[in-house]
Amino acid sequence: MKRAFPILAILTAILLSYALYSALVVAPREQTMGDVQRIFYYHVPSAWTAFILFFINFGASVYYLIRRSTKADVIALVTAEVGVVFCTVVLVTGPIWAKPVWGIWWTWDLRLTLTLVLWLIYVSYLMLRRFSTSGQTPLIAAVLAVFGALDVPLVYFSIWFFRTQHPQPVIGGGGSIDPRMLHVLLLNWLAFSCFAALVCWSRYRLEMLHREVDEAQAMEALLQPSFVTGRNSVAVSQDKLRSTESAQ
Amino acid sequence: MTYLYAAYAATWIIHIAYLSTLALRYKRLRDQVRELKAHSDE
Repeated sequence: MKRAFPILAILTAILLSYALYSALVVAPREQTMGDVQRIFYYHVPSAWTAFILFFINFGASVYYLIRRSTKADVIALVTAEVGVVFCTVVLVTGPIWAKPVWGIWWTWDLRLTLTLVLWLIYVSYLMLRRFSTSGQTPLIAAVLAVFGALDVPLVYFSIWFFRTQHPQPVIGGGGSIDPRMLHVLLLNWLAFSCFAALVCWSRYRLEMLHREVDEAQAMEALLQPSFVTGRNSVAVSQDKLRSTESAQ
Repeated sequence: MTYLYAAYAATWIIHIAYLSTLALRYKRLRDQVRELKAHSDE
């Protein structure tokens, strides 16, 4: 599997380059918005990729709550982290598109606000995992992820069920899109999905290695010879315990 | 076109920044592994 990684990375880089070329050159120019509309080819696939990652995070968290699987816990952490990166792209590219089209960078529209709330939920999830020292952290994080995931369908369907300033869905929502634009959109989504999968894979390997190193360091600390007595720390702790008991 | 390039550049800046943090974390871990190996050899 390790040998496949560089090959897949090169293929993904080629796919991303071709998708970028298609977005800038192949896709036709939109009549009302002009070239600014091409932001759509990065904004929408990033949003879809983030949603998929948060959905996997939800599945892995549920699995962790049922089975207490370490792998599921790591998958949940990894997908949340990479999902936040893609959600950040959505929150940055959206206002850059909105400024020339709406005349404002941001509005407290339902879709925009819910997306910001989604981002904040997963940022707090990552902060919990980073700074909590409790042994129950994976469990608490899994519960938070399950509740956080409830925001994903709210974000997705907000433009279907409510009147918002955000453009209506172009696929499955009654809108229409030029087939060449749709092709470029799907190509970019495929490229970003492959990229996200590769990033998740390397982050997964990094996290597993991190946990192994932590375990090895803990073992080493346990077996470290004491500077005072020349014996290991377990023996020193046992001596301390005995002396405390005899004093009582 | 400025907004378009700004959006595309921002996207790749975010991804490259994240990949850089991953590379940095990986480097730190490798240093820790090297230290652990050196300790176990002593």
